[in-house]
Amino acid sequence: MSTPTKHKPTLPRAEFQAGVRDQLPILLGVIPFGLIFGALAGSVGIPPLAAQGFSLFVFAGSSQFIAVGLIGEMAPAIVIIATIFVVNLRHALYSASMSPHFAPLRLPWKLSLSWLLTDEAFATASTRYSHGNTASAHWYTLGTGLALWTAWQVSTALGILLGGGIPATLPLAFAITLTFIALLIPTLVDRPTVIAAASAGIVAVILSGLPLRLGLLIGALVGVGIGVWVERKSSNVES
Amino acid sequence: MSNLEIWLIIIAGMVLTYMTRLSFTVLVPPERLPSTFIKGLIFIPPAVLAAIVLPELVLVEGEITISPANHELIAGTLAALVAWRLKNTWIAIATGMIAVWLLNSM
Repeated sequence: MSTPTKHKPTLPRAEFQAGVRDQLPILLGVIPFGLIFGALAGSVGIPPLAAQGFSLFVFAGSSQFIAVGLIGEMAPAIVIIATIFVVNLRHALYSASMSPHFAPLRLPWKLSLSWLLTDEAFATASTRYSHGNTASAHWYTLGTGLALWTAWQVSTALGILLGGGIPATLPLAFAITLTFIALLIPTLVDRPTVIAAASAGIVAVILSGLPLRLGLLIGALVGVGIGVWVERKSSNVES
Repeated sequence: MSNLEIWLIIIAGMVLTYMTRLSFTVLVPPERLPSTFIKGLIFIPPAVLAAIVLPELVLVEGEITISPANHELIAGTLAALVAWRLKNTWIAIATGMIAVWLLNSM
């Protein structure tokens, strides 16, 4: 397949299948990440059910890793909860980005699709919405979200079962970075989006020493702001 | 840490994370958002993804490392070029994995 489906399916079934299909290569990065998460949770003494509980209920990979690390360091529960919240604040940006697309949907759809709004599902879904013809695109979003959800649950469970058998140092962990690269490239469609991405990335690098992954959040906000500014400037020149 | 405390973390983490995901799709209706905000929405995917990716590639143990010794930077750049030219996610990720594996074993 190519990134992401270019044809314009309108049937719910075709949309759902396209969503699943476009998420499959991303799972190359997600599955090792889930395996390592499950193994790591066991290694700091989290019971198997609770380890799976993180994936089932929190369902946000990087915050789960950080939480498990903090549990291992015996950090106070309130600190861990606050950390999960701040690390996951970027989902509010995804929620804002999806809100016009979800607006025509009924509440159960909005509640379900929002539950599935992870980094990876958000990235493939927003590329899908950028291609237009979106009457049934919520089925695409459901398919792509459920594919990721299933892979995350199964890989977490396998990681818990296999435990120490999974070497965490393998370049397997690098696969998740590669999936984000593969997701990033299709979003760079013009000069303003490239400048937004570049400035977000540079700010995130400069601020990488901040706690709670705040560098990521601040970098993203700066990038969005600069993108809006560049676009406004270029449209002023044209008009 | 007790099992009860861990479950407290999970439930509180779930509620707070779900709130962030519902924030604008359900809690604040989009028609109430200011127009500048709407204009910013299209920049969210490239900005967030770049803010995730770039530190992962450039930093080695917290230090900015732009050199051939940074194998992940080379492999990641290669994967980005493949994703850009071929528009194929499978090939891009496979290229990056093979590249980092080769570089590490050299």
